[in-house]
Amino acid sequence: MTRLTIDPVTRLEGHGKIEILLDEAGDVAHTYFQIPELRGFEAFCVGRPVEDMPALTNRICGVCPEAHHMAAAKAADAVYKVTPPPAGRKLRELLYNAFYVTDHATHFYVLSGPDLIMGPDAPAAERNILGVVKKVGAEVGKQVIDLRHAGHRVIEIIGGRRIHPCTGVPGGMTKAISEAERQEIEALGQQMIDFAGFSLDLFDKMFAEDGSIEELVRGDLYRHETYYAGLVDANDKVTFYDGRIKVVAPDGEVFGSYEPKDYRDWIAEKVEPWTFLKFPYLKGVGWKGLVDGKDSGIYTVAPLGRLNVASGMATPRAQAAYEKYFATLSPDGTPVHGRGATHWARLIELMQGAETVLELARDPEITSPHVRAVPTEVPTEGVGTVEAPRGTLTHHYWTDENGIVTRVNLIVGTTNNYGPIAMSVDKAARSLISKGTVVTEGLLDRIEMGFRAYDPCFGCATHTMPGQMPMIVTIRDQDGNPLRELRRD
Amino acid sequence: MTAEAATATTAATAATMTPTRYKLAMYWASACGGCDVAVLNLGMKLIEFTERWEPVFWPAAMDGKRSQVRAMEDGEIDVCLFDGGIRTDEDAEMAHLLRAKSKVLVAFGSCASEGCIPGLANQRSIEAIYAAAYDPELNDNPEGIHPGGHWTSPWGELELPRLETRLRTLGQVVKVDYSVPGCPPETERIAEVLTTVTAALDGLVPLPPPGSVLGAGTSTVCDECKRERGIKHITEFRRIQTLAEVDPTLCLLEQGLLCCGPAARDGCGAKCPAAGAPCIGCYGATDGVRDFGARLLSAYASVVEASEPEDIERVLAGLPDTVGQFYRFSLAASLLHGGR
Repeated sequence: MTRLTIDPVTRLEGHGKIEILLDEAGDVAHTYFQIPELRGFEAFCVGRPVEDMPALTNRICGVCPEAHHMAAAKAADAVYKVTPPPAGRKLRELLYNAFYVTDHATHFYVLSGPDLIMGPDAPAAERNILGVVKKVGAEVGKQVIDLRHAGHRVIEIIGGRRIHPCTGVPGGMTKAISEAERQEIEALGQQMIDFAGFSLDLFDKMFAEDGSIEELVRGDLYRHETYYAGLVDANDKVTFYDGRIKVVAPDGEVFGSYEPKDYRDWIAEKVEPWTFLKFPYLKGVGWKGLVDGKDSGIYTVAPLGRLNVASGMATPRAQAAYEKYFATLSPDGTPVHGRGATHWARLIELMQGAETVLELARDPEITSPHVRAVPTEVPTEGVGTVEAPRGTLTHHYWTDENGIVTRVNLIVGTTNNYGPIAMSVDKAARSLISKGTVVTEGLLDRIEMGFRAYDPCFGCATHTMPGQMPMIVTIRDQDGNPLRELRRD
Repeated sequence: MTAEAATATTAATAATMTPTRYKLAMYWASACGGCDVAVLNLGMKLIEFTERWEPVFWPAAMDGKRSQVRAMEDGEIDVCLFDGGIRTDEDAEMAHLLRAKSKVLVAFGSCASEGCIPGLANQRSIEAIYAAAYDPELNDNPEGIHPGGHWTSPWGELELPRLETRLRTLGQVVKVDYSVPGCPPETERIAEVLTTVTAALDGLVPLPPPGSVLGAGTSTVCDECKRERGIKHITEFRRIQTLAEVDPTLCLLEQGLLCCGPAARDGCGAKCPAAGAPCIGCYGATDGVRDFGARLLSAYASVVEASEPEDIERVLAGLPDTVGQFYRFSLAASLLHGGR
């Protein structure tokens, strides 16, 4: 037995570790994508007042605390059966869309930019954000920094802080915004739209001119025909803060839709002994292991999933981009299965986030002082679901009659995609390794690009900010002695 | 040589010599990534800092090479900012490695300094953590599997890290030179810390005394909070969802909300109370205070008016989670270590 261990050493907290086990003939026998992290939030949140949950669960992830903050605030609303007043809800949505703009831009330019903009064949030394800036121009680098700053500024105005916001409470928000703050957000919203437009144009140009991008988007290496799931609004459009969850089958047929509170009727989580992370799957289809197709309950979330389930985008410029995306990749409107298309879908969502920021900043109700409703019901149990950038995020709390948490269940965005990511890793390994293959750095590149498309955030915290994920592959003999080490630092 | 001449010489040398580029490492153990994002949010300033600082190891922001760190001389890294708590055997191993390789080791952010919110897990046993995460009622887990450690697959052996019985702070594992508080530290404070440390290493100002808290004040959040303090006493604590209105300018504690401002160190800008949310104490205790919870309790005792048994009952009813309220960020570092 020969074993390949791929340990992305930059992801030491919540990092993924890949074990590729080869049979006697030198073919891939089995691939394990392990997640070696567990911090115990579901255990230690028990006994806490439910209004503390938005601040506590922020700390699951410092990259996307806004998603946990919102899911927690919504779950706390549900525990008390209280509906925030219109301005309270709209402020949450405004913050949340600004967060999407910042987060998606960071992923596209800083994390995946080197793969996409430099291309997989660029010298390793140039495959990082500095290389990207060199290629697209320092002005663009500055725009990315300014754009991230704009997003964090909106988050700070509404959420109180740039990281780990503090204003979401049961029934709404702790603070309203002033007219001066509204005007500032309106200006930032316009800046975000301009940036989103520039980014979509850049992608179009890359797609037209660079064959490797087209290969990544259309190619077979990361294609999996899975189910898809995501929130849609009342008009069946992509939405981030609230909606119904819609599920479509690999052929595009609607499998069903449900209120997020009913998630346990639809989703189960498979526990495996070799990884801390669980594998969610559709109960109505069943667990068939890590395989795709209509008989396997594995489903895909995040930008690819959201665009596949919805009938369009909620804002005009994003809708135009959506139409172009499907006309190019799937003219009959059936799901886009190529994982590389996620990058394109992400930019379309970035545009929707930016347009929504501007729209809400111009909403006459947004500066209303009435941002919180006082609950009157006895607290019991509640589910809060948002679309995190990396997938559907669900917080489920049970409380006693005093609103003290007695039980917690969390299904985090990336977790939903764990099955598909593991499948992409396995497919890449199998396509590249067979009897007598000399394992090259190409293997590392391809595996890396495959799962970076998902923007995975294991432990919901782990990001390598450059495009390059250093990896070490150690090939060992049966006794564990290293035979060969491949490095791509 | 006169002092004046010496200064002129130094200035001339400084003008002609390329300034030293110090080696900087930043590492996350069991962390959420917020500390690293706070550093990245320096934006253009971060790019300016790289003129004086060479990042040699920073998994969140650049290619990380653990083996390269192993190959370094002891003390080769000038400053290491270490964030995250020590939750697994792997975290502890990295703490020892980076201690050995760094001249100055900084416990960066609340997790490394005092355990932060993940430290609340110290109230639970490892078994309870597993039982909640892999509850057969909530998961497809009929066999009650608890992952971790060694597992034999049909094709070979697999390993997962092991959780240590409790989360430890960095200072409970290795010697720490300084700490920077906050969850996460505010970006402006981080810029100040880097500026100060650069000047100290250049010899322009003395290094802060060992054990100092950097990037924060020496007073309390109350002192930098702009809310007005009026009445001196309260008769009960109120949970925010029970208050019809929260006065936008009056002290939150005086409105009955459980604010940590009286015990928490300043330096954050009192942003949470400014946004209508009570301080949750993420900057930790002020200088000379060994136990945040004890300090906060005594601050509460001084404002609460309760003498009759029913008054005390009422006050306690407003404090449903004493460990969470008094040790939200500091349980791992507190005298309690864990509440079990």
